[in-house]
Parts: sequence; C-alpha cells; structure tokens
Amino acid sequence: MVEIVAERFTYAVILVLMMVGLYAVIATGNLVKRMVGLSIFQTSVFLLYIATAKVFGGGPAIFDYDDLTYGTIPEDAIYANPLPHVLILTAIVVGVATLAMGLALVVRIREVYGTIEDDELSEIDHDDELKKGV
Amino acid sequence: MTGGDITQYFDYLFMIMLLFIGLTIIRLQNLFAVVMLTGVYSLIAAAWFVSLGAADVAITEAAVGAGISTVLLLAAMLLTAREAKPTTAFRHWAALVVMAAAGVAVFYALGDLPVYGAADTPANTGPGMAYIERTPSEINIPNVVTAVLASYRGFDTMGEVFVVFAAGVGVALLLNLSGAGRREEDGE
Repeated sequence: MVEIVAERFTYAVILVLMMVGLYAVIATGNLVKRMVGLSIFQTSVFLLYIATAKVFGGGPAIFDYDDLTYGTIPEDAIYANPLPHVLILTAIVVGVATLAMGLALVVRIREVYGTIEDDELSEIDHDDELKKGV
Repeated sequence: MTGGDITQYFDYLFMIMLLFIGLTIIRLQNLFAVVMLTGVYSLIAAAWFVSLGAADVAITEAAVGAGISTVLLLAAMLLTAREAKPTTAFRHWAALVVMAAAGVAVFYALGDLPVYGAADTPANTGPGMAYIERTPSEINIPNVVTAVLASYRGFDTMGEVFVVFAAGVGVALLLNLSGAGRREEDGE
C-alpha cells in the first residue's frame, strides 16, 4: 500500500490539485471565480497526462540535429513519451476556446441580470416567475 | 522506489507552489488577485512541464494558458465584477462532500496508474515510442512532437482548428461584436 502510493506520489499530489479545482467550481457562487476553478482543474489534468509521459533520465523527444541521419535514431537515447504531449497541446488550445466561450456567457449574463452571483441570479429568476403569475 | 533523477526534486518544489496557489485562490474574494494567481498557476505548471520533458507543451501553456487565458479572465472580470461574495457555510460543506466523494474515487484508481517515471509501463511502450522510432525515416524532422501533431495525428489538429473557430464564432455572436441589431435600438 505504502509502496503503491510512494511510486505514484506525483500523481497523488496532482489528484489533490484537481480536487482543489473541483472545490473552487462548486463552492463559489461567483461565475468568474467558477471559470477560474475550472481552469485550475483543467491545468491539473494536463499535469496528470504529462506526468505519465515522464521517463526518468529522458528529455524532450527532440533529436540532436547533427546526429540526425535519415532513418535512424540516436542510440541509447532516452526520451519522454511524445504522444501525451501532442494530446495535451490540442487540449490546451481547446481549453482556452471553451474558457472564452464560458466567459462570453458570463459577460452576457451580467448585461442582462446585472450580477454574476448565482444565488442572486436564481432570486431574480424566481421573482420574474412570480410576476408572471406562475 | 527505483530509479529517479534530479527532476524529482523540482517536482516537489512545483507541487508545493501549486498547492499553495490553489488554496490561496480558493480563499481569496478579490477577483483581480484570483485572476492574476491563475496566471501564476499556469506559469508554474509550464515550468513543471519543462522539468517533465514536455518542452512543446510548456511553451504552449506559457503562451496560451498563462497569457491568453489571463487576458480573457481579466477582460471578463473588468466587464462584470471585482469582488466575489464569500462562500456560505452550506456551499462550503456541500463542496467538501462532493470533493471527498470524487477524491475517494480517484484515489481508489491511483494504484492502476503506471509507476511514475518508469520506461517499461504500458503507457510508455505503446504508440508513443513507435512514433519516436518511425519519425526519422517517415517524417525526418528533429522534433517528434511536431511530427505527430502535424502529420500522424493531423486530423486531430484540424478538428482543434474547427473547435477554436466555432468558439470564436460563438463568442462573437454572444457579445454581438458585429454590432448588428444594436444600431436599431440605439437609433430609436
């Protein structure tokens, strides 16, 4: 049990970071801070993927230009796994796209309701429904 | 623990910094401070990516995560509010319960993750390493990540471009950036 955690200590801490982001998403009623929590969660997920790609003693998967001869890789070189890197590169850019979309929604909500605290938002909605006589 | 190298000490340093910043973000109510700390969080994550051997990801995270995200969050904060309301006790405990439940679930799965830093795990012996072997003969550029991103998994990248385009159109429509429809209201 101790050995299992000791060999995966980095992952354990990153999972804690993810939970910190999750807490920030749920605990706050402020929509901008909620987006911040989401972005912390997201960055922690990126860290989890990149940590699995780590190989001790291995650097980035970039060949030395001088050693690069067609069809061969430098011998006894150690590289980090490039596949998670590629996936996370895509995820970072998509993450910013979704963040921009979410923030645009927040700005629109502020224009219409005059607040971005979700308890006030539901109060306004509740009052509107009462006025309509539902 | 077998193996290991000096980057592990960087890991511990970055872990402590990230945990501290994350907890500070939760406690702060001033949105300006929260947004700036988010930028710092991304930047430190980028530094950690370098130590984890992911140079390309680090550059992207520093430029996009720490740069563009922070600017977007700052702009949204300026257009909406400067202060967040303090968390109520009910929300605090509700969030803790959800967090604890999710935490137990992910920590239960922790044992199934590959051993950190080992080269012989299933995660690090599959297609990832095959890309390294094949890149010199098939693509013949030094950077394997670029080769995979632009060639082997080019369709992924094309899909990403579509997502970014859709998000851009969505933002423009939501914020009415073209100004269409607004002129009539203003004119009357």
